[in-house]
Amino acid sequence: MSSETAVGASRVVMSAADIDRALTRIAHEILEANKGSRDLILLGIPRRGFPLAQRLALKLGAADPDLDAAAIVGQLDVTMFRDDLARQPTRAPERTKLPASGIDNKVVVLVDDVLYSGRTIRAALDALVDLGRPRVVRLAVLADRGHRELPIRADHVGKNLPTASAEKVRVRLCETDGAGPGWTADEVVIEASA
Amino acid sequence: MRHLLSTQDLSLANAIRILDTAEEMAAVGEREVKKLPALRGRTVVNLFFEDSTRTRISFEAAAKRLSADVINFSAKGSSVSKGESLKDTAQTLEAMSADAVVIRHWASGAPQQLATSGWIDAAVINAGDGTHEHPTQALLDAFTMRRHLAALNGTDSVGSDLTGFRVAIAGDVLHSRVARSNVWLLQTLGAEVTLVAPPTLLPVGVEHWPCKVSYDLDSVLESGMDAIMVLRVQAERMNASFFPSTREYSRRWGLDDARLARLDTLGMTDTIIMHPGPMNRGLEISSSAADSPRSTVLAQVRNGVSVRMAALYLLLSGDLRDPVPVYSPASARRPGPAPRSTNETGGNAR
Repeated sequence: MSSETAVGASRVVMSAADIDRALTRIAHEILEANKGSRDLILLGIPRRGFPLAQRLALKLGAADPDLDAAAIVGQLDVTMFRDDLARQPTRAPERTKLPASGIDNKVVVLVDDVLYSGRTIRAALDALVDLGRPRVVRLAVLADRGHRELPIRADHVGKNLPTASAEKVRVRLCETDGAGPGWTADEVVIEASA
Repeated sequence: MRHLLSTQDLSLANAIRILDTAEEMAAVGEREVKKLPALRGRTVVNLFFEDSTRTRISFEAAAKRLSADVINFSAKGSSVSKGESLKDTAQTLEAMSADAVVIRHWASGAPQQLATSGWIDAAVINAGDGTHEHPTQALLDAFTMRRHLAALNGTDSVGSDLTGFRVAIAGDVLHSRVARSNVWLLQTLGAEVTLVAPPTLLPVGVEHWPCKVSYDLDSVLESGMDAIMVLRVQAERMNASFFPSTREYSRRWGLDDARLARLDTLGMTDTIIMHPGPMNRGLEISSSAADSPRSTVLAQVRNGVSVRMAALYLLLSGDLRDPVPVYSPASARRPGPAPRSTNETGGNAR
């Protein structure tokens, strides 16, 4: 891809335009797989899954004028359901916000930025069980970098990134990361190990 | 943060962190499945050397909602009444591999002793020690105030402090660990605290505390307050006459019907009435004040579970705990016969 430029030890693998195109495609894939927008709920996993879910909802709304984009987006915190709680430094939980319609008998699409070991999604599935019983659960991710440790796969993938496990995949979004030094727009970067 | 012993050494960042986490825990209480798997496989021991209803139940509910195993221990009916020392009791719990010990003790400083003596490896949470501190009560009070303030301002309570919030703490300050914990925590959070009590019920050195002190409840109410916290008159700790009669106490320092009515005439429509419980109705607080819409007594109890869940979660979930030394059979056997065979021969000899 033309936007892949090497900057020192890190390389940009998705630019703001790439991210936007990928989300547009995923939005249409979701509509296609669901045969319309009926019963759709998008749950973002903090922190970066939530703004991605919001962007996806806006694109769904653009494709289907009957859809109220704000009413189908929620946030699902999975901190308390992680299997590595005792090994990591303490993490403060984020807020879980569900759409007013609830998730019972809905088609829930989990949205996250990077799919890696699959353990976050495992935690998310456990968290969902405690909140209700969706009809179908699907998974949409901006980037799939491989190295799965659990039998989990994404239904909708923005971009498959072949990586070494020593490398880091960093997603920066203006909603969660602001404009930082050295970057101005959304991007996905692969950083080599130090 | 490894233990929660007092609010005096609690930093603003840590206090806000506990309150914010409690906010998320409160949301769990409104769900269909009121349980989180975060502390699965951890053991929390409630070690109560002093009577308690709401604190013990609250800690038990908090630990169970986080899926921890709970062992309740009260001094009555245990080996403590046979004269077992705190050290031996603690080491018994350690041998049962407790991950956290919630302790209430009649002696000020007992939790500190437990945490720093090296007797046990568990996280220690102070659930009230003598007349020293009761940090989780202060945190739940601050949580209640913060929610009230956020509701008034129409803002989100997460991340906010109590800057400018005016709190009067009235009553038996001398014997109150709740008052002490609240003074330190509320000062850290930016609130303005005024203590109101008869001179006999104020501790020596109160002038060095970061708060105002008054002997006159009426003039404090007139100066305008956002919250009035009434303390329980602790008859069981009073070994001298601190005030002439309960009637006089009630008339001068109690939140009675007349003072409740004055809150309305003074135009303090949003002032809340707090009490850590248990209440002596008719002494420090009248029944109509305790049951008025201003009263947050039940909200405080509800918030107590959320705040204690947050404290347990933050103390127990991380990897900040020192690793427990692993028993290795190889190294244990080398110096001589294995410990178990020694015991067996001892048993046979008898």
